[in-house]
Amino acid sequence: MSTGTTAAPKPLEKKEGLFSKKNRRILTDPLDDINPITVQILGVCSALAVTTQVKPAIIMALGVTIVTGFSNLIIAWIRDSIPGRIRMIVQLVIVALLVTIVDQLLKAFMFDVSKKLSVFVGLIITNCIVMGRLEAFAMSQKPWPSFLDGIGNGLGYGVILIIVSVIREFFGSGSLLGFKIVPQWAYDHGYTNNGLMMLPPAALFIIGCFIWWQRSRNKKLVNVS
Amino acid sequence: MEHLLSILVKAIFVENVIFAFFLGMCSYLAVSKQIKTAAGLGIAVIFVMVLTTPLNFLILDYMLRDSALAWIHPSLAGVDLTFLAFILFISTIAGAVQLVEMVVEKFSPPLYNALGIFLPLITVNCSILGASLFMQEREYNFTETTVFSVGSGIGFFLAIVLLAAIRERLKYSKIPEPLQGLGIAMIITGLMAMAFLSFSGIQL
Repeated sequence: MSTGTTAAPKPLEKKEGLFSKKNRRILTDPLDDINPITVQILGVCSALAVTTQVKPAIIMALGVTIVTGFSNLIIAWIRDSIPGRIRMIVQLVIVALLVTIVDQLLKAFMFDVSKKLSVFVGLIITNCIVMGRLEAFAMSQKPWPSFLDGIGNGLGYGVILIIVSVIREFFGSGSLLGFKIVPQWAYDHGYTNNGLMMLPPAALFIIGCFIWWQRSRNKKLVNVS
Repeated sequence: MEHLLSILVKAIFVENVIFAFFLGMCSYLAVSKQIKTAAGLGIAVIFVMVLTTPLNFLILDYMLRDSALAWIHPSLAGVDLTFLAFILFISTIAGAVQLVEMVVEKFSPPLYNALGIFLPLITVNCSILGASLFMQEREYNFTETTVFSVGSGIGFFLAIVLLAAIRERLKYSKIPEPLQGLGIAMIITGLMAMAFLSFSGIQL
């Protein structure tokens, strides 16, 4: 789980009070109870499109986590000086700035992954998680909790992305992170990769079933929408 | 001409924004409970998409592309501003949506009441920005861009109205409780995407 390491370590050494019980809840709730994808229905688009393989999914999750975290931080910081009528444009420009930075970094250091993600890096701008959390949380809260909320939601998104991509890559091409998992003798005895897993509909089925499982396990989520 | 028709059909059926690229899924899932509201959102999306994608093409072509600024002054020939594409595209979209909202509110209140709630939502609809980014990636020219944006808009309209129609019927069927709502909508979308896969391979 390389996504886990980005969030926590840095601020810990500064002040202990920063991780009070309330702040911890802000960080961990989005992982399950208010997961952005399966409960809030935010950011579904890219979750489905980049999950044919594990590696692009991890990179995408990292990108989204960084963008949500920092855009929440910046907006929460300047929230009092944004005029209400044009707040959408202000928010979008800040998000677009952060996404441009992420995109340029990807192009510079991981060109092959950047090619594979194609337009979906740019689409982080309109990823509903970012806008949804800005509107719902950062516009009315202090910078630090907003930052945690952004990181938490990014990680919640990442968890779903990684689960879906592991299933899809394993059944679709018999490998994980590019390494062959299904041995050659299995193929010799007639095992074939499931072609459907590489196609768009598979992602929808997997997330649909995941929601089913999550809601039957956690009854209070039934009838959310 | 045939070439343009091929782009149109491809954008509506073969590479439908929803079923092949999952763009605009959030509003697609959230606003598809009734046919009437779904159709309203669909029309608003077509409208904004046809307005902004060609506009973004002009911005890309006359301002951002490698040495595109040469028409201002020859000394600007070496400037490549492509990295600013995201910021300018999204500003165009946000600005256009705000402008459309104000104009419609002023001159046609009935239309505003029909679309009103959906217009601000459209700014963050991935399919709009997605159309602009695909236009950039596939290097369409101006006519192709316009045709492509019409096709993508119609594709979104078609998808959301179809899902709304099915979901209205679902009220009368017995679905396991945890699967109701979002879960079953996802699985239905998957089945519809499989149906749309049968269009792949169509060549005009």
